[in-house]
This record gives sequence, C-alpha cells and structure tokens, in this order.
Amino acid sequence: MGRSQSIAGMRRLLRRQEFWLALLTLLLGVGIGLANPAFLSLANLFDLCQSSTVTGLFAMGVLIVLVSGGIDVSFAAIGAFSMYVTSKVLLAWGFQGSAAIAFLLAAAIGASLGLFNALFIAFFRLPTLIVTLGSASLFRGFLLAFIGTTIVNNLPEGMIRFSKLTLWERTLPGGTTAGLSSSFLWLIGAALFVGFLLQWTMLGRGIYAMGGSLVAAERAGFRIRRQQLFIYGLAGLLSGVAGLVHACMMRNANPFDLVGMELNVIAAVVLGGASITGGRGTVLGTVLGVLLIVTINNSLILLNIPSYWQKVVTGGVILVSTGITARTSGRRIHGVGLC
Amino acid sequence: MLTNHPKTIAPKPPRIGLAILRESSLFRLLIVTLAIFLSMGLLNGDRFFSYRNCASMCFQFPELGVFSLAIMVSLITGGIDLSIISIANLAGLAAGLVLAQSGANSTHILPAIGLALAVSVLCGLLNGWLIGYLRITPILATLGTMQLFMGIAFVLTKGHAVAGYPDAFQTLGNGTLLYLPIPLVLFLLCALALQILLSRTTLGMRLCLMGTNPTAAVFAGLNVPRLQVKTYVLSALLAGIAGLIVIARTNSAKADYGTSYLLQAVLVAILAGVDPRGGFGTVWGILLAVLSLQFLSSGLNLLRFQEYAGPYINNFTKEFTWGALLLLVMVLHRGHGEGRPEATGRRL
Repeated sequence: MGRSQSIAGMRRLLRRQEFWLALLTLLLGVGIGLANPAFLSLANLFDLCQSSTVTGLFAMGVLIVLVSGGIDVSFAAIGAFSMYVTSKVLLAWGFQGSAAIAFLLAAAIGASLGLFNALFIAFFRLPTLIVTLGSASLFRGFLLAFIGTTIVNNLPEGMIRFSKLTLWERTLPGGTTAGLSSSFLWLIGAALFVGFLLQWTMLGRGIYAMGGSLVAAERAGFRIRRQQLFIYGLAGLLSGVAGLVHACMMRNANPFDLVGMELNVIAAVVLGGASITGGRGTVLGTVLGVLLIVTINNSLILLNIPSYWQKVVTGGVILVSTGITARTSGRRIHGVGLC
Repeated sequence: MLTNHPKTIAPKPPRIGLAILRESSLFRLLIVTLAIFLSMGLLNGDRFFSYRNCASMCFQFPELGVFSLAIMVSLITGGIDLSIISIANLAGLAAGLVLAQSGANSTHILPAIGLALAVSVLCGLLNGWLIGYLRITPILATLGTMQLFMGIAFVLTKGHAVAGYPDAFQTLGNGTLLYLPIPLVLFLLCALALQILLSRTTLGMRLCLMGTNPTAAVFAGLNVPRLQVKTYVLSALLAGIAGLIVIARTNSAKADYGTSYLLQAVLVAILAGVDPRGGFGTVWGILLAVLSLQFLSSGLNLLRFQEYAGPYINNFTKEFTWGALLLLVMVLHRGHGEGRPEATGRRL
C-alpha cells in the first residue's frame, strides 16, 4: 500500500512542470558552475537575485493574467510610464521623504493604467492581446511624446537611499562587500501575495475558473467583470512597482527602458508551466521560470559565449521547453487549442 | 478547448467591385481612410497632396502592406505569426550576404532571391511543424522562433549590417515600372495572389474553416497539422518577399531592422477587420487599412513643418496615435455587433 502510494506520488511529481524546471535550472547551475566557478560566488548569486527582481515582479502580474485566460503585453510600457512619471512628479515637488511615497505613487499610476486596459477588456469584451498591444503603444507614445524623452539622473533622495539598502551583507575575501539588495523583498512579497491570492482565496479560484472556461465560470456565479478589473488593475500595480524598482536599481529613470523585455517575461511565465490558454499556472513555477531565463541571460558571458548568441539560446530554450510541455500534456484533439 | 461557441457564419467569398461597399466593416474602414486622408490634407495644405509626398508614401507602405498580408494569413487560421519580421530579416540577410560578395556583378541576383525565398520557406516549415505536429500554441512557437531566427541573423553578422548591393537589385526597392514604384507593384501582386488563394481555392476555404472552428475542421476530416504547415509557410514566404523589398530599398540587411513593423502589421490587420479569433479577413481591408495608416504617418510627419503643430509632434506622437486608433477601431467594430462578444475560451 505504502509503496504504491509512493510510486503514485512519484508519478505525480514527474508530471509536474515545476519538477522538471527545477531539475533543469539546477543542472544548468551546476554545469555553469563547473565551467566557471565564478558563477557560484556569493556576489554573482546576489546579482542573479537582483536581476530577477524586476522580471519576477512583472512575471507575477503576467501570471495572474495568463491564468485568467488573457495575455498582457502592456506591462513593460506601464512600468516605464509609472517609473518616469513618478520620478518627474516627485522631483517637481522637491520631495525628499521616504521611498514609500514613491512606491505608492508608482503603484497608483500603474493600477490606473491597468484599469484602463480592464475597461476595454471587461466592458467591451475585446481580445486581450489586441487591447494590450494597443494600450502599450498608447502609453509609450504618450510618455515619450508628451511627458519627456530625457533621462532623469537626479532621482529623489528617498529612492537613492532605498537603492543603497541591503538585506544581508558579506565582506568577500578580496575586501569588497556583496549585498543582497532590499528590493528583492518586493519580489518575495509579491510572490507570497499572489500565491496566497491564487491558492487560498475565492477570488483566486475564480480566476482559475474563468481561465478554464469563461462561460462555465460565469454560470457558476463568478463576477467576471469585477474579476477582470481586479486582475488587470493588480497586474498594472505590480508593473508600476517593478518600474520603480528598476529606476532605483539603475539610479536613473530612463523612459526608453523596460519596453522590449515583454517577450522574455512572458516566456519565463510560460516556461513556469502557466498555460497560455488559461486555467493553469503556479507561483512556484513562475519563480523557477524567471530564475531559468535570468540565469541563461546573465551567464552566457561567464561561459565565454559571445552575447550575440543570447537570442538563439533563449529562443531554443523556449521552443524545447514548450515542446516538451505540449507533448507531455498532449491529450487535446488535434487542431484544438490553436491559441 | 472544446467550449468554442458555434460560429455559424460561413466566410463569405470576398466580392469584387462596388459590391464590397455593402460589407459594412469595409465601408466604415473606407470612411475612416477618407477621413484621415482629408483631415491630413486640410491640416497640411498643399504639401500633403504634393507629388513628392505621394511618391514617398507609395514607396513606404508596400513593406508594411506585405507584412500585414503575412500576419493576416496566420490570423485567419486562428493563430498568429509573431516571427514574420525576424524571418524577413533572416531571408534578407541571406540574400544580402550573396549580393554583397558579388559587388556590381548582377549575375548573383536571381540566386540571391531564390536563396531568400528558400530560407523563408524553411523558417515557415519550422513554425508549421512546431505548431501543427508538436502542437505548441502559435503565440509561443512563433515567440520562440522569432528570437531564434533573429538570433541566427545576429550570429551570422555579429550585429553588423551587410550593405552594398548591385544597382540592378536596388531597383527592386527604388525603381519604377510604368510610373508605379516596384515595391507597390510587388505588394499588389502579393495581394492579388492572396485574394485569389483565399476566395477561389479549396486551400483558402479550408484555412478559413480551420480558423472559424478548429474542432469542426478536425471532425470534417481536414488534415489540420498539414494545413497549419501550409499557413505558416505562406506567411513566411510573404515575409521573405517583404524582406527582399526592405533590403533592396535600404541597400542593407540588418538582424533587427524594423521590429516596430510587428505591432503595425497587427494594427493594420485589426483595422482591416480581420477577426483576431480567426475565420475572417479580406485583402481589400488590408489595402484600405495600410493606406489609412500611411496617410496618418506621413500626415503627422508633415505636421512637424507646420508652425502651429510642429513642437507637439514627434515619432512618438505616431505611436500614441496608432495605439489610440487600434483601441478606437476595436470598440467601433464591437459597437456594430461584429466584435463577437460571446466568450470563446480561446483568446489570443
């Protein structure tokens, strides 16, 4: 009895995308570490965590949207918009206080832009890809045409102070210090929040339900419109925070930044097992997917691979992993589930 | 997903001549196009109607037009091909590498064109195989190949541009034929061929059926994987032609040329009334939509020279306007009951 149970448990584990992903990431880590021990140094690991923060925050928003059966390509534009407008506004006020206000403002701007998306999706019921494609161009165009194109180099004092905070610091043998930036807390917080929301709340179950079948979820009594307003609002909010974290890390606000990383983030979430047709996806998988993509992008240099190979490698990883997923979960009828 | 709502409206064969005006979405689009044309004319005065502006518009929009045709093919079948720009650049690069070696010698032109088209067909075969046989969803498959193809182009060139082609080849992008710019002629030929394919052949009918209701297509006994391979080969081939026009016009090939064309091509297709959920789209719509977008772009460019508007217009005003236009048109289509508001469970 016990044995068959453990075999069943094993089978279940083998069928989980998270398991394979963790294994792949681990193997990759060991492989890179063997090729170049610098990969496993504390400084590099902190660096990876820091690089994962912005991608990870965006990915949490994308995860909720994907689970609900939609797709969002406007998050990077929302992030850039919130970050730049927040920096400009705070500078114009001559604001010197804590970074909390900056984050609040960026989150509010992000959430309202997300709600703008939701308006079209919930009330006009337009396809989410097209809406967010349009709004991404709208936000970015508005930002660059009417707000500004110059990089803000003198960020408000509070943001600079925040960027210098570290959670944990170690002095390395060489005398330099390596620290884990406190902005990593944002990612941990967002992951816990989204995980709790999706797994333990009625709203979260409703989001899975509408991703599985919008019609069924509606008939089961879930309020689709409200959920959509919440989903896109929250995705916008997370994007706003991600944008500001990016500005703090870079110590400047560049309105041209962020846009262009959309596909990397979506790839990370999908690698993490979220289904692009909705109804499937976990926070753990997403975190692992982000880790894998960031590791690949950051480690090619450590492996002495010229950076122009980066796109080939990322593209290959996306294709191989989605191919494996499609084969293992391929119980659909041929031709169904095109998108 | 099996919750597809029944799409009962069979794709009507696109009609020719004035009858197309009865197609209400096309009629609306015609009005939008004329309105943009006239308002840009009013705002800019003679400059907009000048020979120089008209000629430059005629050289500019065919590239986008061919890209839009390419993306329409995939949208009609209910998928999407995000890799068209990468395919165009890779195919263009393949031709460019051959042409740049030949110098002024024009004997290499035909082999170079053949190579470009062969490369694009190969790219399309890979896309089709991934989507049809490995059953990866089109967004993801083409998202991956988009990076892959662009990556290969980067590896081949290490990021540099490959420039300097024979004059004879450059006429393909800059020359005229009977007073018509050759890119325009190529675009019209592609449009005509696609129109015939979609409205007069079994393949076209099957592509529309597959997009209208993939489940029905399976049960109707269509070989869906093979149809998908054909779809993505067709869209890749169109992308390859666009790539050739691009390198002939700019006299150089680059791994990451014109990435903003992707958004614009989707925008044109949606403006054109192509249903992003699959099943419907017309070449006439693409023609009007790409024209209206070109009027808008050129008009906004010219406005920079006007004293009253100049300071407020830059490249990003265009981006803003495109986004606004896309959302507006979607809402308008929806307002006329064509947005098919029923939940389908299949979304892009």
